[in-house]
Amino acid sequence: MNPTPEKINDSFSESNSEDTRQQQKLHKKKSSIQLPQPGTTQGSCAFDSAMITLVPITDAAHVVHGPSGCAASIWGSYSSLSSGSMLYKIRFSSDIDENDIIFGGAKKLYKGILELARRYKPTAVFVYSTCITALIGDDIEGVCKNAIENTGIPTIPVHCPGFIGNQNLGNRVAGEALLEHVIGTAEPDTSTPYDINLIGEHNIAGAIWNVLPLLEKLGIRVLAKITGDAAYKEVCYAHRAKLNVLLSSKSLINMAKSMEKKYGIPYIEESIYGIESINQCLKNIAVKLGKSDLQERTEKLIVEETAEIDEKLSMYITRLQGKRIILSIGSFKSWLIIFAVKKLEMEVIAILTKDNTDEDKIRVKSLLGKDGIILEQNSPEEILQIINSNLADMLITDKRYQDTSLTARIPFLDINTERNHPYAGYVGILEVARELYAAFYNPVWEQVCQLAPWEVGVESAGNSQQEEI
Amino acid sequence: MAIISVTSTSVAVNPLKQSQTMGAVLAFLGLKGIMPLLHGSQGCTALTKAVLVQHFRQTIPLSSTAMTEVATILGGEERVEQAILTLVQRSKPEIIGLCSTGLVETRGDDMGRFVKEIRHRHPELDYLPIVLVSTPDFKGTLQDGFAGAVESIVREIPQKGSKQDPCPTQITILASSAFTPGDVQEIKEIVTSFGLEPIVVPDLSGSLDGHIEDYSSAITANGTNAAQLRSIGSSVFTLALGDSMRGAAQILEQRFNIPYEVFSELTGLTAVDKFLQALVDISGVSVPKKYRRQRRQLQYVMLENHFYFGCKRVALALEPDLLWSTVAFLRSLGVEIHAAVTTTRFPLLEKLPIKSVTIGDLEDFEQLAVGSDLLITNSHGVAIAQRLKIPLYRQGIPIFDRLDHSQFTKVGYRGTMQFLFDIGNLFLEQETRGKH
Repeated sequence: MNPTPEKINDSFSESNSEDTRQQQKLHKKKSSIQLPQPGTTQGSCAFDSAMITLVPITDAAHVVHGPSGCAASIWGSYSSLSSGSMLYKIRFSSDIDENDIIFGGAKKLYKGILELARRYKPTAVFVYSTCITALIGDDIEGVCKNAIENTGIPTIPVHCPGFIGNQNLGNRVAGEALLEHVIGTAEPDTSTPYDINLIGEHNIAGAIWNVLPLLEKLGIRVLAKITGDAAYKEVCYAHRAKLNVLLSSKSLINMAKSMEKKYGIPYIEESIYGIESINQCLKNIAVKLGKSDLQERTEKLIVEETAEIDEKLSMYITRLQGKRIILSIGSFKSWLIIFAVKKLEMEVIAILTKDNTDEDKIRVKSLLGKDGIILEQNSPEEILQIINSNLADMLITDKRYQDTSLTARIPFLDINTERNHPYAGYVGILEVARELYAAFYNPVWEQVCQLAPWEVGVESAGNSQQEEI
Repeated sequence: MAIISVTSTSVAVNPLKQSQTMGAVLAFLGLKGIMPLLHGSQGCTALTKAVLVQHFRQTIPLSSTAMTEVATILGGEERVEQAILTLVQRSKPEIIGLCSTGLVETRGDDMGRFVKEIRHRHPELDYLPIVLVSTPDFKGTLQDGFAGAVESIVREIPQKGSKQDPCPTQITILASSAFTPGDVQEIKEIVTSFGLEPIVVPDLSGSLDGHIEDYSSAITANGTNAAQLRSIGSSVFTLALGDSMRGAAQILEQRFNIPYEVFSELTGLTAVDKFLQALVDISGVSVPKKYRRQRRQLQYVMLENHFYFGCKRVALALEPDLLWSTVAFLRSLGVEIHAAVTTTRFPLLEKLPIKSVTIGDLEDFEQLAVGSDLLITNSHGVAIAQRLKIPLYRQGIPIFDRLDHSQFTKVGYRGTMQFLFDIGNLFLEQETRGKH
């Protein structure tokens, strides 16, 4: 059975009381329940984000039940790293073709699962439905049940056809699948009073590895990482942790809430991006775990780490302070950039908030000074105007506006570079500083805006004909 | 004569196949002022875009009708209409390339009727060509989608009219998905040097070659423009480059009586000779000095370096068109084809001068490639190359860990030399390893 919309809507807030319903109605504008609009490009689908959430479980086989196009297109886009098994990097697909659409693809999927279980011996199998297989009504629940009976390997159905909604919904569906089929199915060997789970960090570019050593120094044990660099088994015994630390508030909040309800595990929402955030995060974990000696040790660690980072940052501060920046708020990484530039004593003069939730906008306002500009419609012309009238020194957005920065002749940084560089933790802030510095002082900017000697003084008449070969 | 074998597994592991939609979008991106529109879930657009952005390292215009659960049940006509109107208002495209996806094809949306009715309801859109192509991702592959889009373009846009006199120097070039923007650029240069005016469909070198524009826009700034497309009927000849372009060339022959010739490959001495001879025949101009000189250079390079290639074993996993031309070139240098994997059945495959071709995925490729000296496939082959400890040469789509592949040129004498050097260097490196 596919989850009914009812069930999914309930997962927005784990209580069904009338007034939360009312509140939801009021918040119809929230991006999490906003319906996608035709003719725009606003993001991806539930299938994509369900996979982003679960694929980092490294020793599981992830099977896309659908045409191989879905599996192929999604293949290169995850840069989640693993310290153990590499099985998660392999793309399995039931490769649905026309015949399967007519006669149903469940049988083929079943045979496929048995075959890959025999050949690859995964610790678990995740089966993702797609638009087509949901539409023809393949019973993946049934297939998974049969597969478990036959192979003994846990096989988990994830109902994430793309058309059910946007990314947030996909994250939720992935969380539901873990709650229903994985968490609570095994027990850890030992239990300590310092056991926590990290939820919602996918270890893109190895971000989580910037944080784990800090926790280790404090004697805090990460029982389960959900799901960055996770082994399947650790997710199974996540219900024995003393505290859930939610690292991306939006996507798996329902999971933290239900674990609180079901297992009595309190949760805190934290961020590991930005020095203040990571300080706060460590302090809060210590407070929540309620051991006074731990709190002292945490304070000490924070003092040490920040001193070390401040020393390393001083060089960058002298080179970058006072520079004026315009940036767009896309992912939560953008917040980090804001913290980083503040730390580097740079100035954020304008923020582009397109497709952001009201919550984000309020937060942006609080971070910007009183002269800060908030742009809701980001047309290149508008951005240009702001750059020129405010003497901005740098533009930090997604690739879309690279041309705009060229026109304005100021350096540009692609905000999505975190795919290749981990920005998390104390070390992460150095990465950001290095990127900003490298982008800012690169001699290329000057050259790419340079007119050719024969163009100087000649009015360039738009697109000249001689360019066309 | 190759025997075609299909692996009999129930699970595809590490697909080599890209969806038809990807191919159609790629073809559309060679037209000026286009906004490709996918009728399906948002994810189809986002993921297709992600792959193309990774590959070409530039922004790609692409939008979605954003099918929802309700629209999936009730049908997507309204979504298509709303998407087209929104796009017209926001990005002012000169052409819209409308592709279907697996979802709406399974649902059975009659997109031809949609477009008709939208046109009927909105006469103000009469100026706007809407090219429709059916690209379900449960069949076919990137090459088919690309070819399908080119067929739709030449079927719908060029205009019939008695006013159109044939233009003796104008020829149409149909370039398949096997050619990079750099290839298309080189082909255009060669053809114009014969005094011919080529209309290339699609002209990827206009929009995907990676260059700085004077102004940014939401649609493609260069490529084959609408006026060129409309005047295709006056061309005197069609050069179909890549066998998958045969269908489109036949459409032009039926519609306008334009004769055509198919060139399955433009890499390698003989292939380029044949192509230049054809240009001589069409234009009546003799081969420019530049190319005569390049030909001698190529012969020297082949002579000088052939012993790096003789009896080397190469394993390839590529789309049919690209497989054909790469195999032909490698064979012309005395290379043995150790294994060949491709994505789909194609008439040309049986004619390949090798023992067998497997239609399969990269797992099949990994098993078949054991014992070869070089792998040739897309960037997804990196892990395989590491496991087998065999060097990888990247060809096809996607390539996301190389900087130069959009500009990469493998056609013409110059491109052939470049290709030969690239691969020769890999062999050379293997031979000299341990000597230092």
